[in-house]
Amino acid sequence: MVEEVGPEVQKLKVGDHVLVPFNIACGKCAFCKQGLYGNCHESNPQATAVGGIYGYSHTAGGYEGGQAEYVRVPYADVSPTVIPQGMDPDDAVLLTDVVPTGYQAAEMGGIQPGDTVVVFGAGPRVFWAVNCWWMFGGGRYIVIDQFFYRLYFVRNYANCEAYKFKEMADRVVFLNKTTDWMGADVVIDAVGAEAAGNALQTITGRKLLLQAGSTTALHWAINSVKKGGIVSIVGVYGPTDNLVPIGNVLNKGLTIRANQASVKRLLPRLIEHIQNGILNPKALITHRVPLEEVSDAYHIFSAKLDNCIKPVLIPPSARM
Amino acid sequence: MKNTAKDFSHIKGWGIDADPKNDPTYPMKHRTNEEQLGYSWERPTQQPVNVEVLHSNERPNVTAVFGTAVPPSGLSGMIRRFAFKYSESSYGHWLPLLLADRVNVVEGVLDDLSRGHIPNIFAEKGWKAEWKHNPQGLVKKVVVGVVVVSALVALLAPKNKSLRKG
Ligand SMILES: [Zn+2]
Repeated sequence: MVEEVGPEVQKLKVGDHVLVPFNIACGKCAFCKQGLYGNCHESNPQATAVGGIYGYSHTAGGYEGGQAEYVRVPYADVSPTVIPQGMDPDDAVLLTDVVPTGYQAAEMGGIQPGDTVVVFGAGPRVFWAVNCWWMFGGGRYIVIDQFFYRLYFVRNYANCEAYKFKEMADRVVFLNKTTDWMGADVVIDAVGAEAAGNALQTITGRKLLLQAGSTTALHWAINSVKKGGIVSIVGVYGPTDNLVPIGNVLNKGLTIRANQASVKRLLPRLIEHIQNGILNPKALITHRVPLEEVSDAYHIFSAKLDNCIKPVLIPPSARM
Repeated sequence: MKNTAKDFSHIKGWGIDADPKNDPTYPMKHRTNEEQLGYSWERPTQQPVNVEVLHSNERPNVTAVFGTAVPPSGLSGMIRRFAFKYSESSYGHWLPLLLADRVNVVEGVLDDLSRGHIPNIFAEKGWKAEWKHNPQGLVKKVVVGVVVVSALVALLAPKNKSLRKG
């Protein structure tokens, strides 16, 4: 809820209920103007490679985080959007990050009717994404993850094929076989730098920090996509070097598409889908945690306790 | 504004096969090619710079808005200032920043202590949730911790003895 507005703000007024995308966008630079709201050039002095993001520390502009009672919102007339009449705040909060990210993953994959799509990682982004993905067409969605409860969920909730990667001797061979030895048309890496499954990657990436996180998922993605296929990356990686089989990208003639979600660009379409009952993001909220117990919420989520899919934090003022 | 209206007429066949429909950025980017005009857009109002803001040396200025939550300070601030002498493409940038983050953690703990606030590690690690949902895991962690520490002590102890002897 808007508590206070600066002198130049025109579209919002005190008392408005708004949803605020995770990325900060000026709306005026060449990148924003072309719809690249996740790549704004006027919101992050510390790095040219990424725009400003709330609570993403020094590398993303040094802004206060949004998981708080109050937050300062720059460029309030650009990305923040008044929650439409009748929309549940639970749906609105999920439109600020995870849902657009999942949607954009499919969009970047250029999924065509009949395509076989493999997805590494069944985290929250994927849960919402599978909802969106069928809208793009696609013939087959195969999700690979390491946690049974997530796979169970994906299989039942979204009609995807779901497999646990630890049960496959070699994931790439497995995917090859199941796609008639062709590979998938599109592979989505929704895992990013926290990937498990390869000791060398885990040790150099996650323990010694010799590379910017583990690239196991991206490695599998490149190696299990069809020649001439598309790899879509929404899993988050660090800014430095990673071990990636770039030779295979060349030899297989792959297209790699990746970005932080351009939340503002996608909002109108996604709001429409929710209003038409095609998307129901709030169904996936499993835990509601008071903001003061945020450490517990993070731990439940990151340690995958209590079959957690998505926790939301409730600030004190929203509980009155 | 820079002169960007380039004339390619001296290059034989320039652009004859250009196909605007062959745009792999669609629909992610609504291509207008205005970035080809350089850093020439009308910039948003500049947020007053009343705190130190480190900016990448890959850009000429501070962005129009910026965060003020974590201005550089102390030893970690010195390390960060050093890091920003190097570009985002350099280890000289990222390795000091990784170091500064860790130094900053220690600074934060010291700062807490100096204000009489003792960090509640148990709460900050979310161990209450671990105890509730995964008590065996927590016990295992504690046991492993104790074993590792004792093993380290056991490993280091005889070495010290032999050093003294020698
Ligand atoms: Zn911008």
